[in-house]
Amino acid sequence: MTDHEKDPQNRAEEFLQVFKKGAEFTHDLLKENERLRYQNLEIEQQLKNLHESAGTGAPSEALLKKIAKLEDEKQEILGRIRHVEAENIDFANRYVEIENENNMLANLYIASYQLHSTLDFKEVLQVILEIVINLIGAEEFSVLLLDEKTNRLQAVASEGLENNEIPSFELGEGIIGRMAKTGENYFIEELEGYERDFHHPVVCIPLKIKEHVIGVIVIYKLLVQKERFNDVDYELFTLLAGHAATAVFSAKLYTESERKLNTIQGFIDLMTK
Amino acid sequence: MSTYNVLVVEDSPTMRQLIVFALKRVRGLNIVEANDGVDGLKKISTEKFDLILTDINMPIMDGLKLVSLVRNDPNYKNVPIVIITTEGANEDKERAMAIGANDYITKPIQTIKIIEVARRLLNI
Repeated sequence: MTDHEKDPQNRAEEFLQVFKKGAEFTHDLLKENERLRYQNLEIEQQLKNLHESAGTGAPSEALLKKIAKLEDEKQEILGRIRHVEAENIDFANRYVEIENENNMLANLYIASYQLHSTLDFKEVLQVILEIVINLIGAEEFSVLLLDEKTNRLQAVASEGLENNEIPSFELGEGIIGRMAKTGENYFIEELEGYERDFHHPVVCIPLKIKEHVIGVIVIYKLLVQKERFNDVDYELFTLLAGHAATAVFSAKLYTESERKLNTIQGFIDLMTK
Repeated sequence: MSTYNVLVVEDSPTMRQLIVFALKRVRGLNIVEANDGVDGLKKISTEKFDLILTDINMPIMDGLKLVSLVRNDPNYKNVPIVIITTEGANEDKERAMAIGANDYITKPIQTIKIIEVARRLLNI
């Protein structure tokens, strides 16, 4: 065989070899393509999962709803805390109020106990003076009693003043006489700049037994540290005046009856001797 | 529980009762009463007190004299003394504090303040 004859045969074999290799390469390429497509699908699925877990789509709405619910609960709890705090402040204020009332009642109990601890008229007047100084905080004041024969109010006990300094007042005359007639309490409107005027006191409180006025307590000056009246003072004045009135009335009756008894005893002694 | 002896020197029986009644609300106090400075001194000489409360304006011996005499007693150099008085001027307070008072309460009666001062000075 010549080289020329051999040549086409070799060339055909070479071509077959190349063709075979090309077929193998194509097959490899197809396999690789399929593998890549599969990988792509996997990545797409992973991306989808990632989107879902990142908060988009239907599950994220549920999460938002949960957050909104929790926010509502938080607001409700904060509201409750505010309510409890307000109640606490209210309780604290009420505690102070009750404490003050308690103190006032305790003081009133002692004052009335002292007022009714004696039937001696002078001692009763002394207790009234002590109460007005120590419980009310007055510096200049007087106790005036009504003489039912003359219908005039006359000073019987005073602090910081002399009894004879204070004029007598006719029932119904001026502020003091009017308060004694009506049985109403009088408090000056403006304490600042007040100067003593016997006809225009700072306070005038009738001494009443039920609706029957037996006298008045008239205040002309408060202690320097007592700049104004507290809410408790107004109640205290009225309650004290009631106790003072019965104590004065009882002591007066007792003193008069004792005097009459002594007179009668004197007569009896004279007649039996 | 410790017991503290407290002396209340006040000539007005009503005010004395008001102070005693206030102090009775503090647990552990044994309260002794005196009706003027001399009576107070007598009680101080026979009994040891942890706290003294005194008025200023009293017959026989006033509160300021009592404070200065008590402060001269070595046994009472550090015993707290509280003045309870009608005298509300600053100079009255300064005078009382200068001679050895530890606190100064003005009248009318201040129950809550009396309790607070007693507790503070006795550390209870």
